[in-house]
Amino acid sequence: MPELSYREAVRDALSQAMRQDDDVFILGEDIAEMGGSMGVTQGMLDEFGPERVRNTPISEMAIVGAGIGAAMQGMRPVVEVMYEDFTTLAMEQIVNQAAKHRYMSGGQLKVPLTIRTQGGAGWSPGAQHAQQLEAWFVHVPGLKVVFASTPSDVRGLLWSSIYDDNPVMFFEHRTLYGIKEDVPEELEPIPLGQARIHREGEDVTVVATGRLVHEAIAAAGEAEAEGVSVEVVDPRTLLPLDEATIVDSVKKTNRCVVAHEAVTRMGFGAEVAAIVQHQAFDYLDAPIERVGSRFVPIPFAPVMEEWVVPHSNDVLAAIRQTVGRSESSNGAGHVE
Amino acid sequence: MAQVERKGAVSEELLREFYREMLLIRRFEEKVEERFRAGELPGFLHVAIGQEAVAVGVCRALQDDDVIASTHRAHGHTLAKGTHPNELMAELYGKVEGCSKGYGGSMHLYDVERGNLGANAVVGGGLPGIVGAALAFKFRDEPRVAVAFFGDGATNIGTFHEALNLAQLWLVPAVFVCENNGWAESTPAHQQLPIDDLSKRAEAYGMKARRVGGQDVEEVFAAASEALEHARGGDGPVLLVCDTFRLTGHYVGDPQVYRPRDELARLRETEDPIEKLSARLDLTDEDVQEIEAEVVEIVEGSVEFAKAGTDPQPEDALKNVYA
Repeated sequence: MPELSYREAVRDALSQAMRQDDDVFILGEDIAEMGGSMGVTQGMLDEFGPERVRNTPISEMAIVGAGIGAAMQGMRPVVEVMYEDFTTLAMEQIVNQAAKHRYMSGGQLKVPLTIRTQGGAGWSPGAQHAQQLEAWFVHVPGLKVVFASTPSDVRGLLWSSIYDDNPVMFFEHRTLYGIKEDVPEELEPIPLGQARIHREGEDVTVVATGRLVHEAIAAAGEAEAEGVSVEVVDPRTLLPLDEATIVDSVKKTNRCVVAHEAVTRMGFGAEVAAIVQHQAFDYLDAPIERVGSRFVPIPFAPVMEEWVVPHSNDVLAAIRQTVGRSESSNGAGHVE
Repeated sequence: MAQVERKGAVSEELLREFYREMLLIRRFEEKVEERFRAGELPGFLHVAIGQEAVAVGVCRALQDDDVIASTHRAHGHTLAKGTHPNELMAELYGKVEGCSKGYGGSMHLYDVERGNLGANAVVGGGLPGIVGAALAFKFRDEPRVAVAFFGDGATNIGTFHEALNLAQLWLVPAVFVCENNGWAESTPAHQQLPIDDLSKRAEAYGMKARRVGGQDVEEVFAAASEALEHARGGDGPVLLVCDTFRLTGHYVGDPQVYRPRDELARLRETEDPIEKLSARLDLTDEDVQEIEAEVVEIVEGSVEFAKAGTDPQPEDALKNVYA
């Protein structure tokens, strides 16, 4: 099995799709000669040329809108929005246009568009380059939302997103581009709406997304040393959501922690908590704990940034809370 | 689709067809106003009375496989692009037989088979998509053009500028048709536009532009034909500004408190595009009566068709969210 970085895995999915299908092309800011601000599309200009690896002006509304228009003609564009903070500029096109053309037309249209974007804290870019906004899009019927946390997942999920006939918001995490994983020789598509159980456990289920999947796996290792067996579930697709895998896990463990880098307030974890309490109420032995960033913009100074976003120790604190081993209740601020 | 020699005179026969289509749109819109006031039509309606020459002049210059994106004031474009009045009226009544199957309504009219990619209730919302459709035509080397309709108010929003910039940069086969009626809802041009000649906005992007009298269907048709040929030939997009008049309120029921009381009556006398065309044609009283009777019958028939249509089931609301 070859080992790929998360960055290489994204590039591999894009390149394989473009090799087999003339209808797939990519467009975005600085994606051609520069290879994208995260280096994801490096080398693709040489292979596919400037028509299909299409540099754009700094013009998010038009980039996303052009993707929508080409998708409605049956192409499968992949738009790169450089930072998810900048999806705010394209919100009208994403929310009012991409998500609704099919519905408003009574099913006459399809919008097979993928919008790749990335974000996240951990490198002190400050408040406008580090947000985690994935939950906003889960609130919009007509969109699908993916948040991949490993190289094999990002490759298989991006492939499925490109070949999905609906608009897909595809989130990558800035700090994950360098991580590596053995991936199958042949690209294996991962169906949207299928969770991945990273680690099986008996006592607590941690439902985590993005960077927090890795923090949760680390926390689970520490918990194990304390005699607490933790199951780590990554939904991978936030919309549609694999509710069954999450609920079945909680029915087994009877405890649940939700964890993401985005703020907890109205975060994706709130939705998971609502689903779990509704579908597994009688199985719960403890309140569901939520882990996320403190409710502030992401600050610049590294000491503040580090303190604001959650880490494995915060997940561990939440795990301890659910098994009644917390010394003080909810003092960390990351846990609600 | 009629292919006429451009720049020369449009044949009398074709002008008569334009007259009939414009009158059909007019009578359709008047019927919409009437049925809305009768309480039969739900939602929010904007009629295109006064702007018929732009819809007909542009759409009759299109080829069948060209595509359009329309605006909240979409009935005229939709009819001119070939949607049957029955399907349009059924949509306004929220029926399954409607052109958007009851999911869209007046502000979201679609007829994909006939190249209508959707009316858009967000001002300027459809322009970037038209750039993308045109890009697809260019990728596939198809001799098709994508056309966006929008009003003067939309030239102030970012999508207009981003779309024109991108379209010209990539030289995609698109035509941007500005229906310059001098009003952004209730706000007059002098309160929302710092320049008079909106075609100048294309200059900033190096884009070819034309400004024509939008009450003269022949002029619109000629200019649109030229713009489409330019775009189709690979020479890039065109901004076509049609100066027109909204001979009605912003929406059906608009009391127009913002508009001088006598203005509308005066403009209806002097700027009615159908009257202007009629004056040019050698129509006998019999001709006029015949065409009038024909379009009225079609419009009445559309109301009957719509009323006899099928209401969706409430739970049909769950369909068509995802492909």
